[in-house]
Amino acid sequence: MTEPEQANHAHAFLLPDQLDALIERLREQGYRTVGPRVVDGAIVYRDVERADELPHGYIDTQDGGRYRLVRDEDAGAFDHVVGPDSLKRFVFPSCDTVLRADLQDGSWTMTPAGLPDEPVAVIGVRGCDLQALAVTDRVFLEGPYVDPLYEARRRNMFLVAVNCRRAAATCFCHSMNTGPAAGGGFDLALSELADGFVVESGSAAGDELIATAGWPAPDTARLEQARAQTAQLEAEMHARDGVVRDDGAMSRQRSLDTEGIHDLLLGRLSHARWEDIGDRCLACSNCTMVCPTCFCSSVEEVSDLAGEHVTRERSWASCFTAEHSYMNSGTVRKSIASRYRQWLTHKLASWHDQFGMSGCTGCGRCITWCPVGIDLTEEVAAIRD
Amino acid sequence: MTHRARITRIKAEVSGIWTYDLAFEDEAVAASYRFAPGQFNMLYLPGFGESAISVSSDAESAETISHTVRVAGNVTHALARKKVGDEVALRGPFGSAWPIEQCRGQDVVIACGGVGLAPLRPVIYHVIRHRGDFGRVILLYGARTPADLLFTDEYAAWQDADVEVCATVDLGDETWQGDIGVVPILFYRLRLDAPRTRVLTCGPEVMMRFVIFEARARKVEKRHIYISMERNMNCAVGLCGHCQLGPAFVCKDGPVFTYEKMEPYLNLEDF
Ligand SMILES: Cc1cc2nc3c(=O)[nH]c(=O)nc-3n(C[C@H](O)[C@H](O)[C@H](O)COP(=O)(O)OP(=O)(O)OC[C@H]3O[C@@H](n4cnc5c(N)ncnc54)[C@H](O)[C@@H]3O)c2cc1C
Ligand code: SF4
Ligand code: SF4
Repeated sequence: MTEPEQANHAHAFLLPDQLDALIERLREQGYRTVGPRVVDGAIVYRDVERADELPHGYIDTQDGGRYRLVRDEDAGAFDHVVGPDSLKRFVFPSCDTVLRADLQDGSWTMTPAGLPDEPVAVIGVRGCDLQALAVTDRVFLEGPYVDPLYEARRRNMFLVAVNCRRAAATCFCHSMNTGPAAGGGFDLALSELADGFVVESGSAAGDELIATAGWPAPDTARLEQARAQTAQLEAEMHARDGVVRDDGAMSRQRSLDTEGIHDLLLGRLSHARWEDIGDRCLACSNCTMVCPTCFCSSVEEVSDLAGEHVTRERSWASCFTAEHSYMNSGTVRKSIASRYRQWLTHKLASWHDQFGMSGCTGCGRCITWCPVGIDLTEEVAAIRD
Repeated sequence: MTHRARITRIKAEVSGIWTYDLAFEDEAVAASYRFAPGQFNMLYLPGFGESAISVSSDAESAETISHTVRVAGNVTHALARKKVGDEVALRGPFGSAWPIEQCRGQDVVIACGGVGLAPLRPVIYHVIRHRGDFGRVILLYGARTPADLLFTDEYAAWQDADVEVCATVDLGDETWQGDIGVVPILFYRLRLDAPRTRVLTCGPEVMMRFVIFEARARKVEKRHIYISMERNMNCAVGLCGHCQLGPAFVCKDGPVFTYEKMEPYLNLEDF
């Protein structure tokens, strides 16, 4: 697991074909290596054993309710941004056994689930998703109760981040202060240049990997170029003006005004806009499934026919369903409008009360994967007006 | 940690409600288990699931841990089929407690409805054990019919210990001599000394809203009104998200909150 950032971490420069060496080193150290791959028309995390499995030459165009992969001759291995997948399922899988109960001689033996111990290295993690991990760390590790399954998986992770040099129209990390540069919490961070990768270490494990691999340090020009390209993207994102551009792929480029957002949203719980959203939202739960910080779950009893061997299975849950707020006296959040209000006020407002940070990283997934293209940045702006 | 416990006694209280006394199988657990009035356990019946149930017994008599359970659905039905000597499992205790310390030296109004008396009974036991520490103590309690009033066999003892017991029912019968109507109407009989009054309420949310209304009408401060909130409970440790309510998780920040904290969210439809 990554430790807090220290000064003077190692740097290296990799030629394009040395990405394989990086993957190999991680595998030698016992990590299962995972990275972005094209599957069924989207870029998701899958096992990666060779660098040529990465999505070289692909970019993703994203918009409300829209995701398309496009071939781009000039695109590198990491010029796509975030897909429907995130790190969430590597620390908090969509389904997990939490307890076994076995009936023997009229008495139940209860055994908590064994702790997973597979070390996983994830390649291609963006700034927004590093922040998402910081958010779920706060939830699962830093409160009065620690989730042992999350903890075990999290401890065994090695994170290879990427500093973005391209953003989608749905990205608004600049508003949330989470990107496009990887802010911290990584072991290594890559900046992709035309002729190779500048590698920056962020942890002792990263330092050690660079030292043992014997990769040369980058020259100053390349270091500068790596910093400059992400800084330039960030400046461009901050200059976004919400104007619709007529270039087909890019429509409204998102930003979110977070000024006073806690009091704004919690102070306008009866705003007419909630009903308006309720008329459009399908309560399909897509947004909560793709969101890298949504952490709700439900435990179900799975029993054999005789009822003597039971497992308790935890799976992702969503506040968009009626069962989420079910009590035998009735469902609390009956209307779809009230469920969207619950989701958005939690994410952007009460999350601050509970965890001292925002629950949103600006990754834009919920915008892209909403079948009707509901866009939280637009909804907040409407509630602000 | 989920612990095994055995049912040592089952008491039929009123129609559809039973009290289960439990004893932990593991002696070390039994010796170390402590709860505060208002806290709850997650009762677990393998194959059926878990339910949040308040501890309804005396916190200072650790040998017996009682749960007073209304049959509602899946888990509570399965529990209703259990017999003395059967095994159940539980983890806990969880949640915040009634503000016993803040009530010391003050007048205490306990206003509850139905099975909402169960999490408040430990408060009554505490008050009786330490009666001199409290001023007036008044129980305002309501149920659907006289036959639905919980713990009636204890009222005489409570009254002997100088707890004023006022009961009301929605629907009387030929023998009923008490009030008819909802719990909040019982406030009309009280002459409250507002600055020194603490109100503890548990029951359906509508009932609590009217209790708050009556208490506020008598100038009881918002921070002196304590409510026990109910939300879907799955993990009880603030990780599953189901009980999320405004700035709080009901399981770990509640169930007992001050009205001051919950006010913005109480009167909001579907929140
Ligand atoms: C803090 C707290 C204390 C409680 N104390 C008591 C008590 O002392 N006595 C008592 O009879 N009841 C109490 N309840 C209510 C009790 O938890 C529910 O009646 C019970 O969970 C219903 O479970 P079921 O499986 O029988 O019903 P089903 O309708 O089959 O419910 C299925 C699941 O939904 C959830 N659920 C349903 N209703 C509720 C509810 N009202 N509150 C929380 N989760 C719910 C539970 O996870 C339950 O397992 C309390 C609830 C809370 C939140
Ligand atoms: S709320 Fe939307 S933009 Fe924010 S972190 Fe979740 S998916 Fe990303
Ligand atoms: S906001 Fe969109 S993705 Fe989320 S539940 Fe509603 S329709 Fe589905």
